[in-house]
Amino acid sequence: MKPFAQKLNELTPELVALVDDVIARHNGDPTQLVGILLDLEAGVERHYIPEPAAYYLAERLSIPPTQVYDVISFYTALHDQPRAKYTLQVCDSAPCRVKDSDALCETLKRLLNLEVGEVTYDGRFSIEKVPCFGACDVSPAVRVNGVVYGHLDSEERIMDMLRQLD
Amino acid sequence: MSKTVSFITRNFGKYNPSSLASYEFIGGFTALRKALDMDGDAIAQLLADNGVQGRGGAAYDMGRKWSQARAVQAPHKCVVCNADEGEPGTFKDRELLSKDPFQLLEGMIIAGWAVGADNGYIYMREEYSHLRPQLLSAIEQCEKAGYLGENILGHEGFHYHIHLYSGAGAYVCGEGSALCESLEGHSGRPRMKPPFIKQCGAFHLPTCVNNVESLSLVPPLLLDKDGFYKSQGTPDCPGTKLISVCGNVKNPGVFEVPFGITLREIIYDLAGGIEDGHQLQLVQLGGASGRLASPAQLDTQYTYKGMKGADLTAIGSGAILVVDERTSVIGFLRMTQQFFSHESCGQCTPCREGNRHIARFLDKIAAGTHTEEDIKLMEKYANIMSTASMCGLGETAQSALLSAMKRFPEVFAVKKEVAVR
Repeated sequence: MKPFAQKLNELTPELVALVDDVIARHNGDPTQLVGILLDLEAGVERHYIPEPAAYYLAERLSIPPTQVYDVISFYTALHDQPRAKYTLQVCDSAPCRVKDSDALCETLKRLLNLEVGEVTYDGRFSIEKVPCFGACDVSPAVRVNGVVYGHLDSEERIMDMLRQLD
Repeated sequence: MSKTVSFITRNFGKYNPSSLASYEFIGGFTALRKALDMDGDAIAQLLADNGVQGRGGAAYDMGRKWSQARAVQAPHKCVVCNADEGEPGTFKDRELLSKDPFQLLEGMIIAGWAVGADNGYIYMREEYSHLRPQLLSAIEQCEKAGYLGENILGHEGFHYHIHLYSGAGAYVCGEGSALCESLEGHSGRPRMKPPFIKQCGAFHLPTCVNNVESLSLVPPLLLDKDGFYKSQGTPDCPGTKLISVCGNVKNPGVFEVPFGITLREIIYDLAGGIEDGHQLQLVQLGGASGRLASPAQLDTQYTYKGMKGADLTAIGSGAILVVDERTSVIGFLRMTQQFFSHESCGQCTPCREGNRHIARFLDKIAAGTHTEEDIKLMEKYANIMSTASMCGLGETAQSALLSAMKRFPEVFAVKKEVAVR
């Protein structure tokens, strides 16, 4: 394993600025680690926590890097690998499944020529299956960067949703 | 008895949820002023008199919870609002957070006054991140107006601040002690109890955790002079409850109903009935951790006692998931099982291993290759999980399966050719 100092060498000035900004928004409070990591992820184009940023964050908050990675690996909404600019999160819980979210997922896979967990070559789209995000009244639904698109029960509606993204 | 009522949801659509001034215009914060003239014990007693039970799922007596929290002697205490609403099929708190954030804040301030806390934390799930800006601005406006901060409304020594914390997509963080861990910036693994969180919770302080709906209920209840709340529902279960109906119904959504309404009225009158030309197969009550009801149980009264009497989840989170014949019972159980296999935190053995084994048994049943022995073992494992798991997640993970074994025994029947072998 590389020593910490080397990880910090890979930091870009933009990443430093982003981490500093997010920490300032949370008053440098290490108990807000979960919220800090979420904001950090939202600020990175491919919506993940780059390794140098995680180590720099640990140093700034005076907490062990293991705590940062404990949190990242525990929570479903935090990621340590690059995802896509638009990650299509398909609800995989019963309220959407009984409204045939499986068919929705298959349609997305076919339209984007992707498997679940893969990212398109240009880094723009990927498909993830996630547990219930509380949009059961408009199921089957997809959530993209915090925005919910509901009633996706036909191919036209799914196409409309994809067009709205980009 | 009318089908829906407007008590907790009385402010929905009546004011602009991003403006404190418009909340004050419709009479906002009069409940807080009234509460500040009352003793904390009197407020807890009021909750107890109205028979209010916690709305998150565990249905703990709320008046008792507050008087216990009040009785703990400590220099600092905190109130936590559990807005983690992770039970699949539950979205009532989303409505309260988006349409009436100030009522929730008012309820939290009253809670702080009643139990003697100096900090309040709202733990909101990441999935509701779109509601964060509105809630943050609501907190800020309350601080500016003196409803939060030092010496609130001129009451010497009542200092109270509210902080908004975010979850990150972990169902287990709805459990009180896991929630406290998450608030402290750790991964959300439940703690061993005791100490209970009422003695040592978030930041090692005595903590009083309440659901969004429980706290939102407090202001209207304080202002309820003519006993409207108590006049609703049934004599042994007064009041109203928010329910969220979803699945294969024509008109899914959140409704406020008086206790005592039947499941049939909820599904066929409020939610418009089953989608065109389909037959009701089963109803799951209270989210993924809830029991299943068969169509024969539709006339059960929606009260804590009525549901318990029918061997169903006692209200729980208020989720009602309606499933028609297009999904088989086993198919449905596998969906629920996948959820728990994903959400188990992996800390204690019964939950971590049990979920795995039961998933395998369900695969076998779906393929029709199971034996009598498999069914017996599956039931045994499910019972071990519900008695030996460390937290509520493992304890309730198999309630859907165990209730299905009682209500739909035919789907677990062993196929003849397998039995002979």
